Amino acid sequence: MLQDAIALVLKKSKVKKEAIDLYYGGDLNNQLATTYYLAPFLKRPTIGLYGACSTLALAIIQASLMIENHVINQAISFTASHNATAERQFRYPNEYGIQRRETMTFTGTGAVAVHLGLKPSKIKITAVTLGKVVDYMQDDPNDMPRAMAPAAYDTYKQHMKDLHRQGIDYDLILTGDLSQAGKSIFEDMLNEEHLHYKYYDDCGCLLYDKKQAVNQGGSGPVCSGLVTFGYIYQKMLAGKYRRVLLLATGALLNPVMVNQKLTIPCVCHGFVLEVAS
Amino acid sequence: MNIEKYNKVANSHQPQKHILNHTLMAFFSGGIIGIIGELILCFYQYIFDISLKEATPLMIITMVLIASILTGLGIYDRLGAKCGAGTFIPITGFANAMTSSAMEGKSEGLVTGIGANIFKLGGCVIMFGIVSSFILGGIRYIIGYFW
Amino acid sequence: MNFLLAFVFCGFVCALGQLIYEYTKWTPGHITSLFVVIGSFLDLFHIYDQLVKIFRAGALLPITSFGHSLMHGALAATEKFGIFGLSMGMFDLTAAGISSAILFAFLVAVLVKPKS
Repeated sequence: MLQDAIALVLKKSKVKKEAIDLYYGGDLNNQLATTYYLAPFLKRPTIGLYGACSTLALAIIQASLMIENHVINQAISFTASHNATAERQFRYPNEYGIQRRETMTFTGTGAVAVHLGLKPSKIKITAVTLGKVVDYMQDDPNDMPRAMAPAAYDTYKQHMKDLHRQGIDYDLILTGDLSQAGKSIFEDMLNEEHLHYKYYDDCGCLLYDKKQAVNQGGSGPVCSGLVTFGYIYQKMLAGKYRRVLLLATGALLNPVMVNQKLTIPCVCHGFVLEVAS
Repeated sequence: MNIEKYNKVANSHQPQKHILNHTLMAFFSGGIIGIIGELILCFYQYIFDISLKEATPLMIITMVLIASILTGLGIYDRLGAKCGAGTFIPITGFANAMTSSAMEGKSEGLVTGIGANIFKLGGCVIMFGIVSSFILGGIRYIIGYFW
Repeated sequence: MNFLLAFVFCGFVCALGQLIYEYTKWTPGHITSLFVVIGSFLDLFHIYDQLVKIFRAGALLPITSFGHSLMHGALAATEKFGIFGLSMGMFDLTAAGISSAILFAFLVAVLVKPKS
């Protein structure tokens, strides 16, 4: 699936496979299995990154920083996740019949590849904010939105402080996969500090229809990617949004560590997409 | 924003729980499994003309077989998502735990996959059963000895 | 009548398990382990035997009966072999359940293609 995504992005941006200098990728499996088992087919240097559900944002930020400094000319950032393998990695065997908690999210199945280059295109990345890893002492692995919301808040504040901007400067603020509960928590946290914004939504809520039985909404590294580059990107091309901030959250949990009664550290990386004028 | 304050905010947004619904669902699904078991029990008693004690293992084997097959077909996990405790408390849930762990290990081979994984979830039930029976059995034995 | 009794008791135990699941953060593993311990505890004074007599399949199906029959087999063997009977008779009654579960789990795993 990931191979298809990369082939498609190459075709769409009309770039030869040989022209790509560097690949950044990551996924949810142990030892980044999907990424590195794909790497031999790419025949290019590949760097694997892990940031849980923020992996794609991390890969994009890394690639754009490298390009900004003229170290490389073109890069592709990619990620993939599959519901069955992710559930197996973090939760239970797929066939084990248990009831899903109301707070649980559903790992999306998909693959995303983004091509970044020095050549100006219609939409560009204008700012990036790498987030701090925060730990708000949340220890329930079935309630990841709750653990991740503070990370999104932290990065949001940092981002605004660095750029001397306010929420209203953005047409759209997107969070990665906070889903229903996390979305309202995040909104409350912003309201508490009287931080205003124009329009805010969450990729996890947008990815799945309400009718699909996914409890709280989608999650996973592809969640933010599929929504941002599949849906929002088109909207931006159509001129609906001019400046979008994406805050991709990630819960850096390890099932073993959670069983050892440790809490879940979370991270959030943000970047800004802008329509070139 | 400190942790205590955050917890307060987060608590106010806890998704609604459907306790009554789930409990009723568990009750009915568990009850239906009980009826199926009773049916099988009566069937064996009628066919082979045996006592309750002899029919019990046969009934349990049949239930375990049914649960394993349903797990293999991918039906049991869908049932389990709806019925909750109604499907993991009866012995069928034990069979489901064993089968699902075994299936998970399939791609890693017979020994390192199925063999190593099969007791991953079901093992704790067996361990606690044995340990508690040992302790309580020992107590019971000592009481009986002096009594 | 038997069917109604089986329905009520099995349903009751499952509802109890569900309530624990809702009010705590325990996994099904925790709850089934707890129920097994409860089962063997109830057998300490042969209470579970009475339940089995009344509710038949309703009492035999929940995982509590697993603890009960482990305990029962162990106790039955102590009458013959003394204290060592505990380990000798432990699996006497549950052998059917465990061995069939292992066998069927293995067969299904070998024959069926899993989702992942």
